[in-house]
Amino acid sequence: MAAVTCKDLCKTFSQGGERVIGLERVTLEVEEGEFLCLSGPSGSGKTTLLNTIGGLDTPDSGSITVAGQCIDRFSREQLANLRLHNIGFVFQAYNLIPVLSARENVEFVMQLQGRGLATRRALAMTILEEVGLAGLEDRRPAQLSGGQQQRVAVARAIASDPVLVLADEPTANLDSRNSSQLMELFAELNRRRSATFVIATHDKRVMDFCHRRISLQDGRIVNAESRAAGSA
Amino acid sequence: MTFLNNLKRSGAICGLAWRNLWRNPQRTWLTVGAMIFSNVLLVAMITLQLGMYDTMIETSLKTMSGHLQVQKKGYQDEPRMRDGFAGVARLSRELRRELGLKTISARAEGFGLASSAERSIGIRIMGVEPEAEPRVSSLPGMLGEGRWLKGMEAEEIVLGASLARNLKVSVGDVVTFLGTARDGSMAAAVVTVVGILETGIGDVDRSLAQLPLGYFQTVFGMPDQAHRLVIQLTALDQVEPARQLLRETLAQRPELAVLDWDALQPGLRQGIEADFVSAWFLYGILILLVSLSVLNTQLMSVLERTREFGVMLALGMAPGRLARLIMLESVCMVLLGLALGVLGGGLVAACLAHWGFSVPGMEEAMARFNLPGRIYPPLSLPGLMIGPLALCAGAVLASAYPALRLYWLRPLAAMRSR
Repeated sequence: MAAVTCKDLCKTFSQGGERVIGLERVTLEVEEGEFLCLSGPSGSGKTTLLNTIGGLDTPDSGSITVAGQCIDRFSREQLANLRLHNIGFVFQAYNLIPVLSARENVEFVMQLQGRGLATRRALAMTILEEVGLAGLEDRRPAQLSGGQQQRVAVARAIASDPVLVLADEPTANLDSRNSSQLMELFAELNRRRSATFVIATHDKRVMDFCHRRISLQDGRIVNAESRAAGSA
Repeated sequence: MTFLNNLKRSGAICGLAWRNLWRNPQRTWLTVGAMIFSNVLLVAMITLQLGMYDTMIETSLKTMSGHLQVQKKGYQDEPRMRDGFAGVARLSRELRRELGLKTISARAEGFGLASSAERSIGIRIMGVEPEAEPRVSSLPGMLGEGRWLKGMEAEEIVLGASLARNLKVSVGDVVTFLGTARDGSMAAAVVTVVGILETGIGDVDRSLAQLPLGYFQTVFGMPDQAHRLVIQLTALDQVEPARQLLRETLAQRPELAVLDWDALQPGLRQGIEADFVSAWFLYGILILLVSLSVLNTQLMSVLERTREFGVMLALGMAPGRLARLIMLESVCMVLLGLALGVLGGGLVAACLAHWGFSVPGMEEAMARFNLPGRIYPPLSLPGLMIGPLALCAGAVLASAYPALRLYWLRPLAAMRSR
């Protein structure tokens, strides 16, 4: 079953009075449990496609189905609910909530889901241990390194047990060692949790970790390339 | 389960709201401080104002009208000599027994022409019970010269100070007055001036003459009749129960009406209401300023955290819940200001209630009316809560705008903001 299905997605932006193509007739199917990356130069449409799949942006035309739900006519509240229960986000700039500790950041999504304190606390601790942050759970984001913050962001993304994890340039602010560790973590989580990963990147090392690579240019898919799992 | 989940979510949002409030403690305390100051000010001013109104009413009621009066129906609107009611002595006794009060006194009223050796002036003549009147009116205590009336049938009179001056009479002089009796015949009498009233109330000093009720009844041909039974109570909140009791007692006398102080002095309540409204104009400005301060704080706070709110939306927080988060932050701030403000204001009000309040010069003026010169405004729930609750409402309303901004926030645009 497909985790994500995009059909003929089109999106244009107005930039400085000029019409810029974000996506042009993008059709894509991502299978459940897939570990896929969207590659391409800046402005190729990777982030736009990722945001559109995540319901953060709406296409001008075309259709999107996420976790079996067609989201074309979803209200803002419905889209929020879809993200809360089915999608985990990892951003380039980590985007952790500064007043919350690492554990509370991970708990935040579970709180929104209405899970009880004991459950979410235990789960947050397990996940933080899983991403290698045991002992750092009470630190605020400002007290963590970039790599540690991104691990908290990953823990937060998988805390809601999502069907789909969308990561936008997750290694852009990390050094090569932290980048490799993060990708290994992604790959492991993909294997262990069977979550579908869609990663937008132009980092060659990240691409090497993925099972399938979709190349975009000027809003169009120009190449799709499959690799054997774990070939990196 | 849905309710339980909602409760858990609300608890989480409350915790987050409280923590957000203390991200910038200086700013939060500045806003809360403004609220505390305003609440203390509002509580003290409104308590004082309500106390002042109570004193105004008591002063006014003690001077003449009393809290309640029994009259013949229609007399209040169109007072006529022939509209007296009979059996006054018995009715007074009965009401004193039923109400358990001694502060009930009968009055009869008429108009006439008073003449001294040198002048004649139109006067308002009032027949009063010499013994009972001091219990319902402060006028007998405002004698500038001479003494109060003695005996129901004594042929003596007490005049207002200006009236005595205009007639060129003083204590011990004789005054003749002419009037129309109840049956239309001429009423005439010669009386001795025994006292001069100095009330400071122009109308009273200029035209009022008081003589014993028994003598008045004889001269004006209305035996055992009066126009008013004046009842003085100890507090305003006794008016309604006393009125009910009077109505039941007077059920057999349908020609009589029971009027409360509001009906007797409609201008008094109107004056108080007008004063209350004008005072609220000032309070409104204060509330507006504090509300704008809350709006400013919350707007700054929202603008500073736009990116973070974008992340929350992206993570799956519903726009409505995000708007509630900022409203909750305001509510937390407002409740803190309310609690500390009411506490501080309550302390100030308690001090006022205990030690009293007086304006320099006021004590002398009040003493002229046989009233205490210091106001002791009682600590009351309306005094404590009206102002702070209005301030709360204003402040929460002010935070609706930043909350609305958040409701319409787009996650992507918010995350791109710096």
